[in-house]
Amino acid sequence: MKKIFALIAIALLPGMALANESDVHLDEHRTDLHDTASLQRGAQTFMNYCMGCHSMEHIRFNRIAKDLEIPEKLMMDNLVFDTDKKFGALATIGMRKEDSKKWFGATPPDLTLVARVRRPDWLYTYLRSFYADPSRPWGVNNVVFKDVGMPHVLAGLQGVQAMGTAQVAVGFDTLTGREITEEHEHALYLEKAGSLTPEQYDRVVFDLVNFMTYAAEPMAVERQSLGWWVLGFLAIFFVPVYLLNKEFWKDLK
Amino acid sequence: MSQDGVNKGRRTLLLGVTSGLGAVGAGFVAVPFVGSWNPSEKAKAAGAPAKVDISKLEPGAILIAEWRGKPVYIVRRSEETLANLPSLAGRLKDPENSNKAQQPAYADNVNRSRKPEILVLLGVCTHLGCAPKYFAEVKPEPFDAQWQGGWFCPCHGSRFDLSGRVFVGSPAAANLEVPPYSFESENVLVVGVDEEHA
Amino acid sequence: MSTKQSNGFMGWIDDRLPVTQTYEKHMSKYYAPKNFNFWYFFGVLSMLMLVNQILSGIWLTMNFVPSQEAAFASVEYIMRDVPYGWIIRYMHSTGATFFFIAVYLHMMRALMYGSYQKPRELIWLFGMFIYLALMAEAFMGYVLPWGQMSYWGAQVIISLFSVLPYGNELTEWIRGDFLISGATLNRFFALHVVAVPLVIVMLVVLHLLALHEVGSNNPDGVDIKKLKDENGKPLDGVPFHPYYTVHDMVGIVVFLMVFCTVMFFFPEGGGFMLEYANFEPANGLKTPAHIAPVWYFGCFYAILRAVPDKVFGVIGMAGAIAVLFVLPWLDRSPVRSWRYKGWISKIFIIVFAFDFVLLTWLGTQPATEKLTLVAQVASVIYFAFFLLMPFYTRMEKTKPVPERVTGGH
Repeated sequence: MKKIFALIAIALLPGMALANESDVHLDEHRTDLHDTASLQRGAQTFMNYCMGCHSMEHIRFNRIAKDLEIPEKLMMDNLVFDTDKKFGALATIGMRKEDSKKWFGATPPDLTLVARVRRPDWLYTYLRSFYADPSRPWGVNNVVFKDVGMPHVLAGLQGVQAMGTAQVAVGFDTLTGREITEEHEHALYLEKAGSLTPEQYDRVVFDLVNFMTYAAEPMAVERQSLGWWVLGFLAIFFVPVYLLNKEFWKDLK
Repeated sequence: MSQDGVNKGRRTLLLGVTSGLGAVGAGFVAVPFVGSWNPSEKAKAAGAPAKVDISKLEPGAILIAEWRGKPVYIVRRSEETLANLPSLAGRLKDPENSNKAQQPAYADNVNRSRKPEILVLLGVCTHLGCAPKYFAEVKPEPFDAQWQGGWFCPCHGSRFDLSGRVFVGSPAAANLEVPPYSFESENVLVVGVDEEHA
Repeated sequence: MSTKQSNGFMGWIDDRLPVTQTYEKHMSKYYAPKNFNFWYFFGVLSMLMLVNQILSGIWLTMNFVPSQEAAFASVEYIMRDVPYGWIIRYMHSTGATFFFIAVYLHMMRALMYGSYQKPRELIWLFGMFIYLALMAEAFMGYVLPWGQMSYWGAQVIISLFSVLPYGNELTEWIRGDFLISGATLNRFFALHVVAVPLVIVMLVVLHLLALHEVGSNNPDGVDIKKLKDENGKPLDGVPFHPYYTVHDMVGIVVFLMVFCTVMFFFPEGGGFMLEYANFEPANGLKTPAHIAPVWYFGCFYAILRAVPDKVFGVIGMAGAIAVLFVLPWLDRSPVRSWRYKGWISKIFIIVFAFDFVLLTWLGTQPATEKLTLVAQVASVIYFAFFLLMPFYTRMEKTKPVPERVTGGH
């Protein structure tokens, strides 16, 4: 029997072509900006697989190194592939926009802020939703981004998914704890395995999206911790202000 | 509205505490506004150490590099020039480098340099910040009949010798600043980094 | 320089500039009714937000680059490379939202207690001009980061002018180009950072001068100047300073806590304050899937969309703002405060408040068939509240207004 991994259940409207992007169910990305190890792995994946075509032109290498606790030498030797780049340089790429437009039909967008535009859940689902589609120029299509112009760069890790009828996990039996599956017409299943198991691949994508969320707002952690101090100060300040008001209004009793 | 029975002490205390905390709060608010005027990451990146190849620098010639947006003068001095430097002491304001802020410790010597022949100076006049002009030749100049080579500032006429030391009679009070620098290799100079490279 | 003698330093100044007199007129001897409640915080809070916007705005201009090519990147430069730049930027973007929250609640207060009625019509008019200028200011400010929403929002709003005579020429003139471009960005920048703030500050001064001329209203709508003590001070009045300065401080601190919670923990405001699509640089060839205004324009945008005709939609939207200007002459009630108005007015004011919130929400949502219908009903209620006001305020039975203010301290 052919072994089928049904990965994603898609709440599709009847007919793929009519499916609206926003109707696709998105898997939750539990972003954790405090998980430095995850961010480091994500940065590594980004530099290895994404930066060939996508820039991060608003963030500097030294900022990433500082926030992610990567030593300068390690960063420059292993993560920054462009040897002309200085440590303090912005993470731009050498590919010219006119060239990439010719090659891909559209310039690969800058990804510094993509996690704020698309949101982490979307990215997390998108990067796990490529499937074989011979009608497309790169041989792949995507469930959450129909007719996307991008090849499946991580296919070597994930393998190749196909869309078709497959068993899809829809939940767990409350009594037996066994997985309940349902046959679904538009489901993704792994046709050809990659170098990673589905669980490992999900982890890689999780880390990558974690890093992209960090890069979209690198001061987010600092912002929140500062927020607590500010609120704490205001709470203390409130006490004498409140008492002072009461004190003065005693006159009018 | 009656002010009878007002606890003056309590009122004064509360006013004091509120004003004090309010002032502290205002101080906190001022931090980002004041702090944002410091050099940005972009400025710092642009001000990162500058590497300069000095292999083609002839004796007596000057090479002008840029570090933190300021001109950096690099001169390879000849043997005669170096031999002549101590003799100028009597005409200088500060021949002994007593103003320690004007050079790193490793340049606190008569040549004001790491290697005797290579002089590295910030091309910013210590008077009012103009860029002094290099007059290499030993010959009488309109501004100095006994000119031994050095820099003359076109703005207000300050004169400096070939170690960047200021002459008596110049409006500038201090010697030209020696920036932090080091040698990455025999012919590669790094301006902005103190340590010797391994 | 000694200030000890009465004719010392201050005396010298006062002979040349009426500092003490002004201070007394507007602070220490300005008698405000003693029964101000929660709703009376929002005037000073609007002022606080104005100061916040001006300060953070000035600092943003120090690093913002008003050009088509560099605007978007310069905002990210502020957010990442400028020391503390993100704090200043979030102060400004969060401040815009809280400015409108304060102003809307301030206007709601006037509506509830009839603060626009005689003799305060001018105060209301100045206030409405401030509101109008504020809308222009906020709109142009949102264009500056040059994201997708900046661009397409400007496209939509400027296109509204095309319904006027010579519409196409007019929109071209406003844009300074055949489409939204760097020319538009630059002129909006100039207006946003110099011209409109100047107008707003001058209007605020007029708003306050007019207020201090006739005196503040209060939740009872009682005229406190009618009953005075032997010294000529209103019996129900208290000096603004120190009583209301210390009182306002409490409101300011609480308001700042809410403000800082949003600013430090939810700076995007769930996409209502900083729209997600605006983190993508402007692209004149690609319209975002769903163009929505920032929340504070939602009400008027919903009315615009509710009318299934371009010209009448714009008229409806403009009318919804214009009708606010004539409010003092629509209310024919003999009493000011809703406390003493009849039940029709009370219900109408409550319904209107919910209606406004509903329209605001609708304006930010995609226009589905169902929601459009809701928006149409809500728009009718919006106009009914104002246009029927001359009738129901005259017809209904009011309660007698007391001589003295009630409640308070």
